[in-house]
Amino acid sequence: MQAETFYYDNKIVRNFTVATIIWGVIGLLVGLWIALSLVYPEMNLASWLSFGRLRALHTNGAIFAFVGNAIFAGIYYSLQRLLKTRMASDLLSKVHFWGWQLIIVAAVITLPLGITSSKEYAELEWPIDIGIALIWVIFGVNMFWTILKRRERHLYVAIWFYIATFVTVAVLHIVNNLELPINAFKSYSIFAGVQDALVQWWYGHNAVAFFLTTPVLGLMYYFVPKAANRPVYSYRLSIIHFWALIFLYIWAGPHHLLYTSLPDWAQSLGTVFSIMLIFPSWGGMINGLLTLRGAWDKVRDSAILKFFVVAITAYGMSTLEGPLLSLKNFNAIAHYTDWIPAHVHIGTLGWNGFMIFGMIYYLMPKLYKTSLFSEKLANAHFWIATTGILFWALPMYVSGWTQSLMWKEFNPDGTLVYGNFLETVTQLIPLYFTRAIGGTLYIIGMLIMVVNIVRTVSTGKLVAQEEASALPLSSTEYKKVKGEHWHRWIERKPVQLMLFSIVAILIGGIIEIVPTLMVKSNIPTISDVKPYTALELEGRDLYIREGCNACHSQMIRPFRSEVARYGEYSKAGEFVYDHPFLWGSKRTGPDLHRVGGKYPHSWHYNHMLDPTSMSPGSIMPTYEWMYTSDLNTEYTTAKLEAMVSLGVPYSADYIANAEKHLMAQAEEIAAELESQLTDVEVGPKEEIVALIAYLQRLGIDIKGTPSKHTEATVAGNQTAEK
Amino acid sequence: METIDGVSIYPILSFLIFFTLFVGAVAYILLKDRKSIEEISLLPLDNDKDFSHEETK
Repeated sequence: MQAETFYYDNKIVRNFTVATIIWGVIGLLVGLWIALSLVYPEMNLASWLSFGRLRALHTNGAIFAFVGNAIFAGIYYSLQRLLKTRMASDLLSKVHFWGWQLIIVAAVITLPLGITSSKEYAELEWPIDIGIALIWVIFGVNMFWTILKRRERHLYVAIWFYIATFVTVAVLHIVNNLELPINAFKSYSIFAGVQDALVQWWYGHNAVAFFLTTPVLGLMYYFVPKAANRPVYSYRLSIIHFWALIFLYIWAGPHHLLYTSLPDWAQSLGTVFSIMLIFPSWGGMINGLLTLRGAWDKVRDSAILKFFVVAITAYGMSTLEGPLLSLKNFNAIAHYTDWIPAHVHIGTLGWNGFMIFGMIYYLMPKLYKTSLFSEKLANAHFWIATTGILFWALPMYVSGWTQSLMWKEFNPDGTLVYGNFLETVTQLIPLYFTRAIGGTLYIIGMLIMVVNIVRTVSTGKLVAQEEASALPLSSTEYKKVKGEHWHRWIERKPVQLMLFSIVAILIGGIIEIVPTLMVKSNIPTISDVKPYTALELEGRDLYIREGCNACHSQMIRPFRSEVARYGEYSKAGEFVYDHPFLWGSKRTGPDLHRVGGKYPHSWHYNHMLDPTSMSPGSIMPTYEWMYTSDLNTEYTTAKLEAMVSLGVPYSADYIANAEKHLMAQAEEIAAELESQLTDVEVGPKEEIVALIAYLQRLGIDIKGTPSKHTEATVAGNQTAEK
Repeated sequence: METIDGVSIYPILSFLIFFTLFVGAVAYILLKDRKSIEEISLLPLDNDKDFSHEETK
């Protein structure tokens, strides 16, 4: 049989690699900016530069722009070579590349403008979500088409990881972004409260699993053997790693919701599967590290191998830490504290970042048919970045433990030692500063890489079309040989492999999600819990716009320390009208679930304008723009109608008079503010009034003394009165 | 949650599904012949031949 000559598309790999570097630097600079703004709150210079909005830009940038482009670069490089064929369609590759960059640009524009759905790592609004889905499908089609026209019979394990990534991310993205649009920039999650929380963290955890882990493991199984020039330590182990990992990961999400109002059985399920995850994860880590058997001497000189070794070690550390954090006793301490970002950054800076850097140093000289400009600079990058990770993570561990201990410390008489939450914040500022130094070092390392790569590229020329040759796959090889092993059949048939992966991930998803969808009818309802008034709903949307949930939780866990600090613990039935849920995942500031009625309106008015006026030393940003811009009530009726179609029992009468009701409540608050404050004129249409209305409503329904405004929402509504 | 009919079946079912899958994967791995495993594990390195092919041209 005649060998066929064909050409690998290196240009698409180069493009994704360059995008990785550019967006990586930008995404991490945004991270550094917000890290510093926790030390110097005056850095919240404008609405679009405030912490709550930029935090989402940083996380999305790091995950989808930096790691996203890197995995596409790695997949396009390795897929062609593992299958001995060019990507099936140059057009699809191009559309994928430019479409993905366009999505990133859309995120860079919309997130600082406060256009967000508030769900972590899924903040982008619905038109962009649709764009992501389309581009993702194009990527999938291109990948499968390439697989189908391959010249290599076997699918190497890396490709299995790519396939699982494609199908799972598609499922997760679609389900978690099921939203009811109000206009082009605003939508409401179709799920509410507990259900929304479960769907979100089923998504959120699996974004970590199937966007930051499985594709990167695929890259590990390709690039580590390449760089070490020896096959993976145990191919058998890699197959167990694959099936066990994708099957277990999909169940682990509820460990983000321990001690919350999520049903106990779902919490336990999350914990059990998280603990089991240690085994495949460590199997994978050991497999990666032992691939360097007999090549450890190379690690001394090779920056690429150094990056890979630390990356795999960081993978091992965070996949041990993750399961431990999902134990209730650990979680009770760690949740809502800085321990969690520390854990996350071991994963992103260590595992993702270092795998990517190693891959870039490997790829760019190859693509430009030259050698790396300076191995010394690459080694310098390695050491500076490693130091950076330590400076980032260690202070945050200390910060997390400090927070937790201070939150839970009691006096002998049973009162909290640090009853003022602020004391537990000011204590941490030196640690936040040290963390910012770590981030700076990490970015300096990246800039050294930029110089090194630019110099490397200038000495070579892009081999856009790289010639290769291989024997074609004859059709006879597709026929079943008598007595062959059944799994061969899957390996030869990528479509079947995809179906098996879908089944594996759907089993977990379905068993976990379906009962929670049943929760709607099974949730212990609280008859006193009523829908938000029109003004409060608008205020809630402002709370979402400003990303308040990035620093404030709305979920009081049933601990003595939390009940003493915040009040009655949160019940599932209190969130039934919360589209989306706003439980948050971090307490940089205090929990707000029972903040309603805790302070007079004037306190909030002063506090949001200048937080230090009410809480000296506070690191909260100012929200001064809410005092000069008027509330947009153009969509209020549409919002209420959308809520009705999602099952919130506003009466028809209320919706018809929404504007009137909204103004009545706003005028009442404005008048109260003017009576409490001296020499201040408060316009009822100011945004701050709506926000105060929302904050004052939080958590008060169970006290059973609804205001006349609250009563009005369901007045004349038979179903609500039943 | 006690109000969901037969909720206790969920953990048992999940365990059984996982256990079966895991045993299946292990069995498959142990039964697979050594030669084909070695062949597949060499796939990433295979391409170096193509590289040299291209470079010597």
